[in-house]
Amino acid sequence: MTPAFADIEVGFELPAQEFAIMRADLVRYCGASGDFNVIHWNERVATSVGLPNVIAHGMFTMAEAVRVVTDWLGDPGALLEYGCRFTRPVVVPDDDQGAVLTVTAKVTEKREDNTALITITASCDDATVLGKAQAVVRLP
Amino acid sequence: MALNQEFVGRSFPPSPVYQVGREKIREFASAIGDSNPVFHDPAAAAALGYADIIAPPTFAIIVSLKAVIGVAHDPDLGLDYSRVVHGDQRFVYTRPICAGDELVTTATIESARTVAGNDMLSARADVTTTAGEHVVTTYSTIVARAAEEAGA
Repeated sequence: MTPAFADIEVGFELPAQEFAIMRADLVRYCGASGDFNVIHWNERVATSVGLPNVIAHGMFTMAEAVRVVTDWLGDPGALLEYGCRFTRPVVVPDDDQGAVLTVTAKVTEKREDNTALITITASCDDATVLGKAQAVVRLP
Repeated sequence: MALNQEFVGRSFPPSPVYQVGREKIREFASAIGDSNPVFHDPAAAAALGYADIIAPPTFAIIVSLKAVIGVAHDPDLGLDYSRVVHGDQRFVYTRPICAGDELVTTATIESARTVAGNDMLSARADVTTTAGEHVVTTYSTIVARAAEEAGA
């Protein structure tokens, strides 16, 4: 059930989630998205262009982060807007732990038309990786 | 290198039709690890009023970014695509993309500027059905990072 507009207040925190990102996830995302940029799967090329290691697609990180919102909504169709800046790469090591993306989100504004602004924080190794990550949702 | 300002405000011809397949949506949802039934199970989608399974919110990038990248590769624009990274991304939805949709994308260059040696191209892509119904508009900024040499 999508949460009711009347039941949430500014400052309400959505259930936080953690996402483990492994090399295999990036390869799979390459195939599903059609973005085969070599820096997302080849360490030799990634380091040769000055990156610390293979990095996740910004769009992959963006896709994971909004799950905190859509899981809470139930009906993803209640999402009206979603945007962010890609401020820091998510570095994905070649090991069995991968990178861990921690995503929190809270309601930062309630508007007159039953819509609410949600501010999302996505971080990896205690550093935020998305800037101005915000979603607008319409609640019943 | 400064970007060609003549591109600003320019709209490009609509893309070829993108046919949204149910299995493509499932593949994408699985690739991002999202098991929300509305992305996988037609009955779960129908319970929410959708004609078929819907796509996760960022699926729209598959449809729209091709159009934007096509523009960015235009040699007359002056963007060094080998140095391009994704700067920011925003989606404004009228409704979720749904399996069975036939979508066309129209890209428009909104700005082309150079900041601290980085070329920044902002483009809008309007995604509609072939019948003209608006589905989603995407706003993308791609950045060609400055070359290593000072003053380049």
